[in-house]
Formats: sequence, structure tokens, C-alpha cells
Amino acid sequence: MAIIEIENLTLALNGKNIIAKLNVEFWEGHVHAVVGPNGAGKSTLASTIAGLSGYTDFEGEIRYNGESLKGMNIDERARKGITLAWQEPARFEGLSIKSFIMASSRENDESLVLRVLDDVGLDAEDYMHRSVDRTLSGGERKKIELASILAMRPRVALLDEPDSGIDVESLERIFEAVDILKRDGTTVILITHSLAVLNRAEHAFLMCDGNIIDKGTIDKISKYFEDRCIPCDHKNMPNKAEIKETV
Amino acid sequence: MIKDKQLVDELYGNTESPHVLKDPDTAHLTIHHDEVIGMHSVPGLNIDTNKIEDGIEVNVKLNKGVRIDKQVHLCFGMFPEKGIQKIVMDVDIGTNSYISLLAHCIFPFAVDVQHIMDANIRIGENAKYKYLEKHVHSPRGGVKVIPKAKVNIGRNAEFKTEFELVKGRVGLIDIDYETFCGENAVVEMLARISGHDDDEIKIRESAYLEGKNARGALTSKIAVRGRARAEIYNKMTASAPFARGHVDCKEIVQDDAVATAIPIVEVHHPKAHITHEAAIGSVDNKQLETLMSRGMSEDDAVDLIIEGMLS
Repeated sequence: MAIIEIENLTLALNGKNIIAKLNVEFWEGHVHAVVGPNGAGKSTLASTIAGLSGYTDFEGEIRYNGESLKGMNIDERARKGITLAWQEPARFEGLSIKSFIMASSRENDESLVLRVLDDVGLDAEDYMHRSVDRTLSGGERKKIELASILAMRPRVALLDEPDSGIDVESLERIFEAVDILKRDGTTVILITHSLAVLNRAEHAFLMCDGNIIDKGTIDKISKYFEDRCIPCDHKNMPNKAEIKETV
Repeated sequence: MIKDKQLVDELYGNTESPHVLKDPDTAHLTIHHDEVIGMHSVPGLNIDTNKIEDGIEVNVKLNKGVRIDKQVHLCFGMFPEKGIQKIVMDVDIGTNSYISLLAHCIFPFAVDVQHIMDANIRIGENAKYKYLEKHVHSPRGGVKVIPKAKVNIGRNAEFKTEFELVKGRVGLIDIDYETFCGENAVVEMLARISGHDDDEIKIRESAYLEGKNARGALTSKIAVRGRARAEIYNKMTASAPFARGHVDCKEIVQDDAVATAIPIVEVHHPKAHITHEAAIGSVDNKQLETLMSRGMSEDDAVDLIIEGMLS
């Protein structure tokens, strides 16, 4: 069953269509990957679903559980269960990791902080009183952002480039956290141009030039992506006949 | 000596440390309006008070070589809605000594109250002096806090101070601290204040790094909302070799509030070095949207970001 349905979504930034008449569905409780080269519009799609400022003035329709998200602010969407992990997470000077994670949770339960930090492979004793600031590495910040999402227990988690700036070992912990989200019934949408991340999904969508140009199994999409999209100057876009053949 | 136990208890009831008065090894001084209502000292620390018009003159002398490990508690405040409290302090910290003071300034019902502090502080060679000032004000503001201090920091000595409004509204806070650092001396001053409505925050802090290797850090973390105003003038001068310092001002501005930061750095010696950084602006949008995307309202997210910055 689709939890997010997108119909004819068009979004322009600075007068240029970044997403153009895009149609896609994401299924409840499944892990999806939206893959494509840089500039394809993947992050814009995630930002539009999450409702970031500057991404709310779209044409078409985005429905969440059948309800239109048009005119709904980022926090309203979040309270309904939609959240986003940024490619480059924000830093918060002076704000403790504990407070940051607690802010995501509806439960006032300190043990939750310990658990979610453990889930992402961070020692709570070492981390919970540190600040979410520049003293943390990029990988640590990614893990802490993911811990805050685990604490939130969202229904839809959009993870933008979850592997960027982190090492192989940390990436495994990120994947384990994705497994936890799935186990809890969260719909996960991985935004990526990494084959390693793509391989953790159940369904894949290939995005190019502001549209979904193909969808299907991981094998099918990863092969196409590997063979023809890197490097991408949009000359390798499949023609209509080719899409029909592969879908 | 506790002259009015009930009043002392009521004043300390506004702090996080009401139990300290029971400890015979903890020195304390409590002044309500223009009267000393509690005082206790420990060996090596002499506290002498005299009544003056609208206030109290306090003379503090820490003997040479005395180390007071337990934080000394000062409580200055007044419960009446109107009035003036003037504290004139003369502080003499002996060489090779150490003291840390926690001053609570309590004005929970102020409508038209002035709290004026005028301090002259001398810190002897190799001595360390810490002064943490925590304010509790009325939720209506209604208080004008005007602390002024001149601090001479001797060779190898340290002066560290923090000013924080922990509860209530600013009203007017007008800080004017001037410090002079000798050879290898250290000065660190930090102010953390959040203002709203028509609150007014003025900070003038100066550090003169006059001795070789003297070090200084002047830090202001300010948040203003509503129609509040903040003016931060931090000045640091280095006039000796290897003197080094940093002036840092961060201000978050919301609504119709206005914030001004004027860092002045002067270097009078080619081997001295001072840096400064001032950042004034609204709450960072990415921080805000991160918290909102976890379900927080915009107002709650702004509060949390400011709380973090001021912590």
C-alpha cells in the first residue's frame, strides 16, 4: 500500500524546473532508494516531501496516507510522521546530544537516548553530554542525526546521502539503523548515488533531469546506473521504448 | 551570623544552592536591600561590611597563600518592588591564593529596582579568582542592573568571570568591566543573556594585556527577541610581546529586536596577537528546520537553539 503518492509534481527553483511532472509511489514499511547522478533532483524531491522552506510551492500533488501535503509546514508534516536526515547535518553550538535526541522524542525517557546512541554505534557515556557542534566529525554527526530519527519513530524517513562523509565501518552502523527503522515499520527513502546504499533497498527508482525515468529491482536499476549514468550528461537517458522494456 | 533566617531562606530559595548555609566550611554573605542579613567566613578570608546610603560597602580580603576550595556564596537581592541596592566592593586577593565565588542576585518581584555594583578588585601574583554571577529577575523585568568593576590582575594571576541571567526578564543590564593584565596573567569574561520585550542589554568589557604572555578572552552570547536591544562593546588591547587574546560575540536576533556588536582590538606590539569574531543574525535556518522536521514547533525550536547557544 502506498504511504506517499506523488502525481505530476513540478517544482521550480530560480525559474528553472528542478522536478518536472514527476510521478512516484512509496510503499508503507518498505526501504526505497532514489538513485541518480548529481543534479538529478533527488535531494529536491526529498526536501519537497519533507516540506523545507523554499520547497513548498509546487505544482501537482503529494499525498501522505491519502491526505494532501499542500500548504502543510515542515513541523506539521513531521508531527504526522515524515522526517528528513540532511546530507550535511546541522551543527548546534552548546546543545547537548542528549537534548538534541530528546527533542525528537515524544517520550521524556533518558533511556531512549542511551538506546538510540547504541543503535548507531556510539557510546552514550562518551557522547550524550557533548555538544552537537564542530568538535564532532562528519560521520559522528550523521550517526547522531540518525539516532535522533530513531528516537522520533517516524512513519516516513527520508535519508539524504546517508553514506556521505563516513567510513566503511560507520556505514555498516547506518545500515543497521535503517534495518531498525524497517523493523519498526518505518518507510525509508534513501536518496543516494552510491551503489552500496542502493543495494540495501528493496525497491529502486532511477532519477534523471528532474524525473523518475525507471524503477524496479535493485539489480536492474543498479546495472543501468552503473553502466550508463556515471558520468552522466543526460545523453544516456533511456528513450520511451527502452523505459517500457525495462519497467 | 544569620540575622533574619526566614529572609535568608527565602532569598536562597530562589537559587539552586539553598543548602550551603548549613555547611560551616562554606563562607557566605547575604545582603537584602541595604542590610546584611547573613554572613559567615572561613579562616584566611576576611569579610567586612559597612552600611552606606542605599546599600552596603563590602571589603573582602583573602590572605596570602590561602586556598579556599569550597565555593564562597554571595547573595545580593531585594524583595520589595521598588528601591535601590548599592554594593560597593573592595576585593584584595593575596598572592598565591585561590577563591571561587558564586554570586546570586535575586530580584523576583522588581517593578522599579536598581542594583548598582561598583567593584575594585586586585588579584595578587599567582592568585586565581573566579566570580560567577547568576541573576534571578522579575518576570516583568522592572530591574536595572548596573555592575561596574575595575580589575587588576597580577603576574601569573587569573581572573575568570561569568554573568548569566537564569530566570526572569532582563529589564536593563548594563555591564562595565575593565581589566588590566600583568605578565602571564589571564582574563576570561563570559556573558550569557537572553532578552525579550523591551529589555536592554549593554556590555562594555575591556581587557588590557599589558604584561608579556598575558592572555585574554572576552565572550558574549546574547539572544534578543521582541523589541529588545543589545549593544556589545568589547575592547582588547595588547601592548606586550606574546600577549594574545580573542574577542567573540554571538548574537541571535528575532522579531523586531536589534543587536549591535562593536569589537575593538588594538595591538601595540609586533609580537602580540588578537583575533575577533562577531556573528549576528537570526536563528540558523538549517538548525531550525532540523528540529522542526522532528516535530518541534518553530517557537520551541528557536527556544532550544537559543538555550544551546547560551549554555
